Amino acid sequence: MEQSSRWDQLIRPGLVHGSLYCDETIFKQEVERIWFKTWIYVGHESEIPNVNDFVTKSIGPMPVMMVRNRHGEIDLLLNRCPHRGNAVCVQDKGNRASFTCPYHSWTFANDGALINYAFPDGYAGADKSKLGLAKPPRVESYRGFVFASMALEGPTLAEHLGGAIRALDQACENSPTGELDLSAGFLHHRTRANWKFILENECDGYHPGFVHSSIFSVADSAIGSLYGGDAIAITRSFGNGHTEVDPRPEFRRRNQPMSWFGATVDRLPRYVAQMNAAYGEKRAREIMIDGMPHVMIFPNLFIAEIQIFVIQPVSATESIQHVTAIQFKNSPEINRRFRQQTMGSVGPAGFLLADDTEMYERNQRGLEIKAPEYLYLKRGEHRERRDADGYLIGHSTDDLPSREIWRHYRSLMEAR
Amino acid sequence: MEPDILKHWTGRSSAEAAAFDHELHHEVAQFLYREARLQDTHEYDAWEALWTEDGVYWAPANGQDTDPEREMSLIYDNRSRIALRIRQLKTGRRHSQTPPSQLARIIGNIELLTSGGDDIGVACNAQIFETNLRGDTMWAARCLYRLRRVGGELKMAYKKVALVNNNKAIYTISFLI
Repeated sequence: MEQSSRWDQLIRPGLVHGSLYCDETIFKQEVERIWFKTWIYVGHESEIPNVNDFVTKSIGPMPVMMVRNRHGEIDLLLNRCPHRGNAVCVQDKGNRASFTCPYHSWTFANDGALINYAFPDGYAGADKSKLGLAKPPRVESYRGFVFASMALEGPTLAEHLGGAIRALDQACENSPTGELDLSAGFLHHRTRANWKFILENECDGYHPGFVHSSIFSVADSAIGSLYGGDAIAITRSFGNGHTEVDPRPEFRRRNQPMSWFGATVDRLPRYVAQMNAAYGEKRAREIMIDGMPHVMIFPNLFIAEIQIFVIQPVSATESIQHVTAIQFKNSPEINRRFRQQTMGSVGPAGFLLADDTEMYERNQRGLEIKAPEYLYLKRGEHRERRDADGYLIGHSTDDLPSREIWRHYRSLMEAR
Repeated sequence: MEPDILKHWTGRSSAEAAAFDHELHHEVAQFLYREARLQDTHEYDAWEALWTEDGVYWAPANGQDTDPEREMSLIYDNRSRIALRIRQLKTGRRHSQTPPSQLARIIGNIELLTSGGDDIGVACNAQIFETNLRGDTMWAARCLYRLRRVGGELKMAYKKVALVNNNKAIYTISFLI
């Protein structure tokens, strides 16, 4: 039984029911209707630069191998032998032209095709071309970001990303070559909390001044000042569940290149020279004033200025945040600072993320308490407005991103 | 560019000391037990005072011998970042340590290693029981130290904590490991 009235009860204007974060039945429905349906970020092409490189990523709770196959093309392979279901690869990463299942020695090329099986006379008449490794039905890349959908049909990746594509372009444009490199390796941070607490936190500008006051009070931080009550940063919804915090109004007011990174041009001379050479001084200056985006691409790709996070759901009450430093191709000067700052800030021991994650876990435990039944997400409802492009915007501390995420979530969960 | 401070001591070429020095082994063991106690009991200033001025505190991720100048680590602190870590803990608003983790750790398998110069190379294992608001967690690590005698006292110039499960998804670890 599943009338829309059920969703009317669970998701009301500015209110969401606590069971949405802890009910395993709802989680199973999310896997089918969101994670195995819409476009999911899988990985970045720079993680597998060489022919035959592979790395294990995920689509929702399911592992998937991202491979640069023997023809140099990006392939996604499901790590399940078509014979009995064994894993054809148990390494997280490596370089291999083929994968052999250890159980009965079926061997697959790294484009998924079955090359051969042991004692083939027992398979008289079998069609080998139908016994390859399975692949997600749809795979598309945008500027090196590889996305997949487990649905045979649906919106294109470009339709899914919509206006949020600007944020991906903005990120790439900060690189002098226009290319990002995400090969510095991921930290894998487990948390006993529902994935949507993470999703909603990423563009919640209300929490940093409180959750992160410990580090803001002892370190110079470029971000602390963006989230005060008098900040002129905004939140924006691109639709389709994509949200961002847009601090560019604040940075444009400051009119200082690299202020977004808490730096100045004279501290990054090589990077600035690269930018000027690549874009011309005028455009380079604009890019370096605006800085990197802070955008949450629904449901699992979070670009947090100098880091990317990939959110993986494990169960209704367990999730993993995979995070790495963004690197600009061929810009070692700024890359080292990105790595150093990332290692300080994020991951299981990070100055910021350890405390965010503590909040997720406390939220999760809180939902075992029965009343009030609904979470309250009405902050800033009265001051929502549209920008020149027609996107909903609000103050950087408003709940607008959460409301917009839930609106899209409901549309996916209701669709049959 | 800052120097590649860890290339000299990633444990790749660890070798046991040629002759066993009972007295030194005992002194090192006492130092490690004291360090363990200061961490378990959150005596932050006393722990920070164990570091030399050029101390490096490193917890690699995704392996025991990655290159921290190229790849992500859980912790890769120079001396000033060690101080920052301590200052954050001491604010009382480090939420993941408020209340602080309750801890007991066992240090064992202490071996003296050869090391260049005057520093004393040490390898040991640490097993740490943590309980906090989330629940109980067991941690295990292989550690490498470079200890240096400063004004007659042993100090830590380098500490590497390689969690044995650092290639997997792990819970928050915001106490001093």
